[in-house]
Amino acid sequence: MTTETPVRRAWVQQIMGLPISVHIRSRHLAPTIDDCVTALFADLRRIDRVCSPYRDDSDLARWARGEAVTDPLLNDVVRLCDEAHERTEGWFDPRGLPDPRDGHPRYDPSGLVKGWAVERAARHLADLAGHGWCVNAGGDILVYAPDDQPPWRIGIENPLDPTRVMQVVDLRSGAVATSGSTHRGSHIIDPHTRLPAVACRSVTVTGPSLLWADVYATATAARGTTAVEWLHGVEAYEGLLVTVRGLVRATAGWPGHQVGS
Amino acid sequence: MRRITLWMFSTVAALVLLFSYRTSTGGSGNAAAEPITLTVPSAPATSASPETTAPSASKPTLGTKTYTGSTANTRWGDVQVAITVTNGKISDVQVPVYPNGNGRDEEINGYALPILTQETLSAQNANIDTVSGATVTSDGYLQSLQSALDAAHLS
Repeated sequence: MTTETPVRRAWVQQIMGLPISVHIRSRHLAPTIDDCVTALFADLRRIDRVCSPYRDDSDLARWARGEAVTDPLLNDVVRLCDEAHERTEGWFDPRGLPDPRDGHPRYDPSGLVKGWAVERAARHLADLAGHGWCVNAGGDILVYAPDDQPPWRIGIENPLDPTRVMQVVDLRSGAVATSGSTHRGSHIIDPHTRLPAVACRSVTVTGPSLLWADVYATATAARGTTAVEWLHGVEAYEGLLVTVRGLVRATAGWPGHQVGS
Repeated sequence: MRRITLWMFSTVAALVLLFSYRTSTGGSGNAAAEPITLTVPSAPATSASPETTAPSASKPTLGTKTYTGSTANTRWGDVQVAITVTNGKISDVQVPVYPNGNGRDEEINGYALPILTQETLSAQNANIDTVSGATVTSDGYLQSLQSALDAAHLS
């Protein structure tokens, strides 16, 4: 049996203020592949129109002003935010987050929307039989690799030097999400003090769902370095934390390995 | 070659610094950190390359060698560090002896270790498909590792 090298193609678009990269590999790329990727991007644009806290015409902004909301997706987001608040013992909280434009507190579900939106949009790739794919939304990743392909090699950025990779996670199916201050400064808020959470430089969480990996990473970063112990108790998710002083802690089942090994 | 030697010593200094951070992290208040010294034995001077012209500089062995530091006792317990040097670069850091916490800590693998090992390896050598990191915005994208990985496959 001959093994042909899989072909790999990438697409990148800027949506929700983020670069969204889609990589697809297969021995023979399906002719419908462009349609699938187009549908994925269109889906993310729709979510941005509904949930963007930066657009005055979004359903979220209308809801915040007490106006009628038409798109049922916003309901789903609010319900999921409530569930996230519960699952994280209150450390994920979209309420009272400062508007980056003027500092005023407001309801901002962005910390959950990105992972949820990408996971939802990636369903357009699910029908591509025999294709492996990797969606990266500004550093949060969802992948799938069929049995005849190697797992995706996901580098975990070194928060002390973003040009370097500190670990690699090999993943066939699932998510890797990182929260931290490397590129946008301290934007994670401790929901109890309403002040920026600064104990963690970065928290990376891997598990089956991007929505929940992202929520757990944000909640862990807000909770601080001892939150590794809480994360250890969360089933099916593992995490790696870098403290503000550059020390590393991980849950017992953390699957990452160092780059050379 | 002299450059490599100096580089090694500066890396060792960084290791000492990071460990002193760890000890001060674990303590209460502003207890003085207890630095852990890692002594790198002077390497045997087997000169294989004739162009080496700095006779006073001790020459690190090419190939792979592991150096184990002496055990240091800190107020939180004993710590010992070993480094593996491959072709003049640190390729691994092990901590064979570290403070024993309670059973729960042990289970969690929660010993905060320096990120140093990884810092010695660049992304270009990691052969990765994609990068997970703190959120990259559209503004920062062109400078990101991910943009380079994307560029290789854009059609």
